Amino acid sequence: MNGGATFATTFLASAVEAIEMVTIVIGVGAIRGWRSTLIGAAAGFVVLVLVGGGLGTALTAIPIDVLRLVVGTLLLIFGLQWLRKGISRVAAKGLAGDEEDIEADSGGETRFGLDWTAFVLAFKGVLLEGLEIAFIVVTFGSASKHIWVGALGGGSALVLLAGLGVVFHGHLSRIPRSVLILVVGLLLSTFGTFWSVEGLSIGWPGGDLAIPVLLGYYSSLAAALVLVLRRELAGLRAREAT
Amino acid sequence: MRRLLGWLEAFGIFWYDFVIGDDWTIAAGVAIALGATYGLSRAGFPAWWLLPVSAVALVVSSIVRARRQQRGR
Repeated sequence: MNGGATFATTFLASAVEAIEMVTIVIGVGAIRGWRSTLIGAAAGFVVLVLVGGGLGTALTAIPIDVLRLVVGTLLLIFGLQWLRKGISRVAAKGLAGDEEDIEADSGGETRFGLDWTAFVLAFKGVLLEGLEIAFIVVTFGSASKHIWVGALGGGSALVLLAGLGVVFHGHLSRIPRSVLILVVGLLLSTFGTFWSVEGLSIGWPGGDLAIPVLLGYYSSLAAALVLVLRRELAGLRAREAT
Repeated sequence: MRRLLGWLEAFGIFWYDFVIGDDWTIAAGVAIALGATYGLSRAGFPAWWLLPVSAVALVVSSIVRARRQQRGR
């Protein structure tokens, strides 16, 4: 594989992981607040640089499957809780949500000035996806004997996707809060499901293409449940009115 | 020592809230589903589908339970 092919391969493969990383950071930041989320992301990045710098090409010795299982399981549990919350709120209050929900969700309890939930979610997302990008760079770069070209490809993908995230994150403030919780719950549940099964060394049909399929599957469930719950609520209100 | 114990308590409370939240059955259900997925895979059957199906069942049952509790009030 020549340098150009190495760059293209590592760029595209890293872009997939970078999309997952940026999506989690932006989703969590939009709901829990940016300060703690970005500090968590930065901390994950620092650990990543220390681990990557310390291990170098021996990075592949890290038991990535164990990390995927642990991080994936935690993301899935948290994601399902937000998904359930988002479905209930959108069903009860429509797309706008209300001020009570905003108060209940924004930030939450803090210790030492940090929202630790936001910190941990962002930290895990950056660390796991960053390690996967590092694995891609080391694997393809070493095989083609163009490790620095591979690093350039992986780094370029990360910078590009992070830049897009910075540009577009402001648009999230226009999205109703109840919808944001639902969407982030869908994303965390999707990634959590995908990673935890991968962490058990079980392959998904279609590999990474299973991610959008899982997202479509959970989205269909959410839409169906919102419809059912709204009909039930409408019936209850009609009975109370008579 | 007291500060260390306080920090440990806060650490434990954080992880309890993070994992258990307001419905412990979701965390328990995910753990069971993952165990079953692993077992099914080791038995030689395709197992990737079990966790997404279980996740749907957990969300539905959690919502149903929450609505029953609300009606009971």
